[in-house]
Amino acid sequence: MLIFDLFKMAIRSLIANKMRTFLTALGIIIGVASVISMISIGEGARRETLSTISKFGTNIISVRPGEKKSRHVRSGQVETLTFEDARAIEKNISLITGVAAQVYKGAQVKFGNKNSSSTVRGTGREYARLANYTMDHGRFFNIQEVNTSRRVAVLGATVVKNLYGGTVEPVGETIKINGSNYLVIGTTVAKGALSWFDPDDQIFIPVTTAQKRQFGQKYLQTIDIQAENIEDIETIKTNIEALLRRRHNIRDDKENDFHVQNSAEWLNSWGNAAKTFQYLLGGIAAISLMVGGIGIMNIMLVSVTERTREIGIRIAIGARKREIRKQFLIESVVVSVLGGSIGILIGLGISRIVSKMGGWETIVSLNSILLAFGFSVAIGVFFGFYPANKAANLNPIDALRYE
Amino acid sequence: MIEAKGLSKSYQLGNQHVVALANASFRIQEGEWVAIMGQSGSGKSTLMNLLGCLDQPTEGTYLLDDIDVKTLDADALAEVRNGKIGFVFQSFNLLARSSALENVELPLLYGRVPDSRAKALKTLERVGLGNRARHKPNELSGGERQRVAIARALVNNPSIILADEPTGNLDSKTGEEIMQMFTRLHAEGVTLILVTHEAQVAQYAHRIITLKDGGIISDQPTARAGKEVTAC
Repeated sequence: MLIFDLFKMAIRSLIANKMRTFLTALGIIIGVASVISMISIGEGARRETLSTISKFGTNIISVRPGEKKSRHVRSGQVETLTFEDARAIEKNISLITGVAAQVYKGAQVKFGNKNSSSTVRGTGREYARLANYTMDHGRFFNIQEVNTSRRVAVLGATVVKNLYGGTVEPVGETIKINGSNYLVIGTTVAKGALSWFDPDDQIFIPVTTAQKRQFGQKYLQTIDIQAENIEDIETIKTNIEALLRRRHNIRDDKENDFHVQNSAEWLNSWGNAAKTFQYLLGGIAAISLMVGGIGIMNIMLVSVTERTREIGIRIAIGARKREIRKQFLIESVVVSVLGGSIGILIGLGISRIVSKMGGWETIVSLNSILLAFGFSVAIGVFFGFYPANKAANLNPIDALRYE
Repeated sequence: MIEAKGLSKSYQLGNQHVVALANASFRIQEGEWVAIMGQSGSGKSTLMNLLGCLDQPTEGTYLLDDIDVKTLDADALAEVRNGKIGFVFQSFNLLARSSALENVELPLLYGRVPDSRAKALKTLERVGLGNRARHKPNELSGGERQRVAIARALVNNPSIILADEPTGNLDSKTGEEIMQMFTRLHAEGVTLILVTHEAQVAQYAHRIITLKDGGIISDQPTARAGKEVTAC
């Protein structure tokens, strides 16, 4: 018998029991949808991590203030990190190529009648290089402007778009940050938004200006240090820790009042969260594919019993064992492939939704679709074999007598 | 054509040895019309299963077209059933979801016969149902269903047609029509074996083998056989 006729018969019998077919396929649908979304989210997260690393700059060590601890209760940030600390690091630590002290706050920025709520980041002249910003127009501020606390500003691409809308060339114009005038001396090329933060929605001003004239705060929020080589990062971290402990007069038995962290480290922990999510989905996928397969087996056994008489007729008029077996195998494979296909579509939908909500791209590869498809065929064959074999081995005399 | 030599079938039911058929011997020639008669439990169903290659005898030999059926495995038996035997059942046994034409075509598909569609349609026309080919069994009357079943039995040009109580589920008028059809087919040269418990139906045949308690008690030609011979 031609495989085409067997397919026709399988599809006809599945159509005759539409609801049952759908419920049988449901386990496979859920399993395959999880596989597809799992792989696409995982792949998306991996690429997001890579692009984040390149956006934040490479080989970066960050020093942040610690938390105040009184009787083991944490209470706010310690205001210990100073501009002098940054200077000392720049002067005393070897194997580094740049230091950027930073203070930052959200602020209202105004140009003419246009407003923008952006992050104002006070920093040093090295920052653009450390954080991988490229100048679009004008220039970044220089050492003199930092030393003399000048009111100059460099605008990120999003700020330029919000304030000027592409009609005016910003360099040379004056903007107001919380009411104070600043001269725009440069703009940066867009880096592209991350899921939780837009690095282009920022205004950069000299750190001294930010501390003394804008925010009125003595301490720093971050000091970024760029290592020359990624291998030296641990050494540099140890040296910075020793230097800052000395400068802050911390006794040997006390904890640091600051944190030294490598950017790769916290990206790593972020990647681990994505991985955990991936394992979770993988677990769901494995379990529901398993349950789905057992569901197919169960329904196929019911179907074989229901159709005992039909099988008897087929055997009587000359169907061989393998033709009966093939007929039922094709039926279970059609169910599981149907479930697989719907699952693929739902998986695509889920990864779309995740990428919309999470703001990062998810990647559905052809490989993952083929994998899911192959899985569903394999499940159909594996779990369909026992019922199909049972049908093929029916005794025709008993089968014909079956009511 | 058919030769049964000491055909026996027995089962073990618990610790009881049941003999369903004992030492049945007969020959059936090509073109014959034989009725196998007997009460229920007489062994006629067992004999029919053996003749239809659905079952193997425990003793004796059954030669179908000079092939000893006992030497065949399950798949070879399936091929014999497909090519040499046509079944007509009491309850029609058509596939409910397939059209009349597809039901008739099925043996050709299993036999991998080319041009199956056209051949099936031709056979349906032979039983007078050419215009009902697209109908499903539940859209046909009892008589029409049995004619579809006969067409399915005929479609592979089998050596014998085995009909098991073919009129059992039909009213007497339709039953008679079916018997007329068998008479016509027989006249066209088809070999028929009819299993029945109704003497009236058996009278259509030309020879009656009567079974009782698993053994043959008589094997005689009917009045009809003589008539046709004289008509010739």
